[in-house]
Amino acid sequence: MSTRTEPVSGVAAVPLDLRSVRADFPILNRLVHDRPLVYLDNAASSQKPQAVIDAERAVYESYYANIHRGVHQLSMQSTDAYEAARAKVKRFIGAASTREVIFTRGTTEGINLVASSYGRRHVAAGDEVLITGLEHHSNIVPWQMLCDEKGASLKVAPIGEDGAVSMDEFERLLGPKTRIVAVSHVSNALGSINPVRRMTELAHAAGAVVVIDGAQAVPHMKIDVAALGCDFYAFSSHKLYGPTGVGVLYGRQALLEEMPPYQGGGDMILSVTFEKTTYNELPYKFEAGTPNIAGGIAFGAALDYVSGIGLERIAAHEHDLLVYATERLSAVPGLRLVGTASEKAAVLSFVLEGIHPHDIGTVLDYEGVAIRTGHHCAQPVMDRFCIPATARASFAVYNTREEVDVLVDGLARVRELFA
Amino acid sequence: MSSSLRELYQEVILDHSKKPRNFGSLPEATRQADGYNPLCGDRATVFVRLDGDTVADVKFQGAGCSISTASASMMTESIKGRSRAEAEALFERFHKLVTRDSAAAEQAVDPALGKLAVFSGVWEFPVRVKCASLAWHTLKAALDGDDRPVSTEVSESSSGDAGGHAR
Repeated sequence: MSTRTEPVSGVAAVPLDLRSVRADFPILNRLVHDRPLVYLDNAASSQKPQAVIDAERAVYESYYANIHRGVHQLSMQSTDAYEAARAKVKRFIGAASTREVIFTRGTTEGINLVASSYGRRHVAAGDEVLITGLEHHSNIVPWQMLCDEKGASLKVAPIGEDGAVSMDEFERLLGPKTRIVAVSHVSNALGSINPVRRMTELAHAAGAVVVIDGAQAVPHMKIDVAALGCDFYAFSSHKLYGPTGVGVLYGRQALLEEMPPYQGGGDMILSVTFEKTTYNELPYKFEAGTPNIAGGIAFGAALDYVSGIGLERIAAHEHDLLVYATERLSAVPGLRLVGTASEKAAVLSFVLEGIHPHDIGTVLDYEGVAIRTGHHCAQPVMDRFCIPATARASFAVYNTREEVDVLVDGLARVRELFA
Repeated sequence: MSSSLRELYQEVILDHSKKPRNFGSLPEATRQADGYNPLCGDRATVFVRLDGDTVADVKFQGAGCSISTASASMMTESIKGRSRAEAEALFERFHKLVTRDSAAAEQAVDPALGKLAVFSGVWEFPVRVKCASLAWHTLKAALDGDDRPVSTEVSESSSGDAGGHAR
C-alpha cells in the first residue's frame, strides 16, 4: 500500500502513515459482497477510529452518570469529561472561550438555533437573508422558514458552471437590508470551497452577521474562527470521525449573551418559579435537556485523534487523492465531473452518460465500493446543472490511491452492463 | 457478476431500460398523472386513454434509473387492452412480487404476472422497490382520476414503498 503523498504547499513535510491510520479503523477490515470495503461516502458520514469507539464504551463501562447536577462521584467524573471535550473543541476551532462552544445534535440544529434565536429577534419584514446556490437543505430551509414567518426575503448568490459561487453576484446581493449571510464553507454536493473569510468581510461591511455551515470543512482543513471573523460556525461530530448526534455551534460571546434561549427545559436555567425563570449562563443557556453525554466525550476523543495526525497532513493526503481521482475519473469515457471549482475539497460528483446514478451505486456496491447517489440534500444544486442526481465519491484520511483504482475499475463494470 | 445483481439486472430489464416501449406523450389521453421519487429524483408521467373501462392506450414519459424505466415500459405493455380492474389487480400482484420476503422468494412466481416476473430480483434491493413501483403508483393515480402528483415518499403504510400524494 502506498504511503506517498505530495505535500501541497510545504506543509505536511512528514507524510501520513497510511497503513497505521487504516489500522485504527476496525470497519475497514470488513468485506462487502465478498470484496474489501472501499468506503467513499465520507461526505455523508465518516467511519470511527478505535479510540472513539473505546472512549464511548469507557463512559458506559466505568463512569457514566448524568452531568451538571449530581454531587456523587460518577456525575462529577462524567461532567469533567464532558466539559473537557468542550475545551478540546474550543482549542480545535480557536474560540476565545468555552462559553462560545454550544453542544448541539449536529450542524442542522446549530443553524436552526441561530435562525430561531438570533433570526427571530433581528430579522423583520422587508429584511433580507443571503445564502448561496450551493447550500445543503439544512442551510436553506431554516432561513426560508424564518423569512416566511417574518415577511423577509431570501436572496441566493448563484454558482457558475464550475460550481463556484459568483463573488460579483454575492457582492451585488449584499445590501443595507441584509441581516444575515449564511454560507457553507465547503459544498457537500460539489466540494467547492467558498471564500468565507472574504465573504465575512463583505457581509460585515454591509452590517450583516455571518453564519457558516462548516459540516464539510472541519474534517478537511484547519478552522480558526477568530481568523475567519465569522459570527457563527456550525459543524457535526459524525463527519469528523466522532459519534452521530453531537455537533457544535460556535457563536461570538457578545451575540450569544443577548440572544434568547432556543429551547426551554432543564440545564438551561438558574432558577425556576411559576412566575419567573432565570436563564443559565453561556453556553448552558442554549443546552436544554440531557445531552448526548457519551457521544460528546467520544467526540473529544475524535478531536484528539485528528489533532494527533494533524489536519495539515490530512489535508495534504486528501488533496493528493483529489488530484489522482480527478485525473483517473476524467479518463473514464462518458463521465462528466460536476463541480470543478479551482478551490475544492476531496469530493467528486459525477454523472455517466446514459446511466442513472442509482444504477452506478448498486453495481459499485457489489464491488465493495460505497458511494452516495442522489441529490445529496442539495436539490437546487442539481437543478442548476439540470440533472436529477449525481454519483459522489468523497474521501477521508484513510482512503488510498488503490481505492480510487477500485472505483475506476468498478465504473468499467457499470459501463459494460449498461452501455 | 454476483447472482443477486444478475437477478436484478436481467437482460429483459436492461433491454427495456435502453429501449423503453410506449415512451412519449399521448395527446388523446383521457387521464394522466405525475409521479416523483424524491430520493433519487426519478420522475414519471403516465398517460392513459380509456375506452369505456378498457385501457385502450397507455404511454409514459420521464427520467429515471434502469429499474424504473424498464418497469414503466413493461407496465405499459402488460396493461394495454386490459380493463381497469385487471390493471389494478396486476399492480397488486406486481407489488407483492417486489416486496416479498426471503421465505416468499422460495415460492414460484405468480404465473399471472407473465413477463413481469423478471422483476423477481428486486425484493433483495429494498431501496430499489420504489424505483420499480413508481410507474405503477402513477398509473393508479391516473386511473383513479387523481391529478395530485404521486410521491414515493409520502407513505400511508409502514412498508415504506407505498405511493402517497405529495402535498
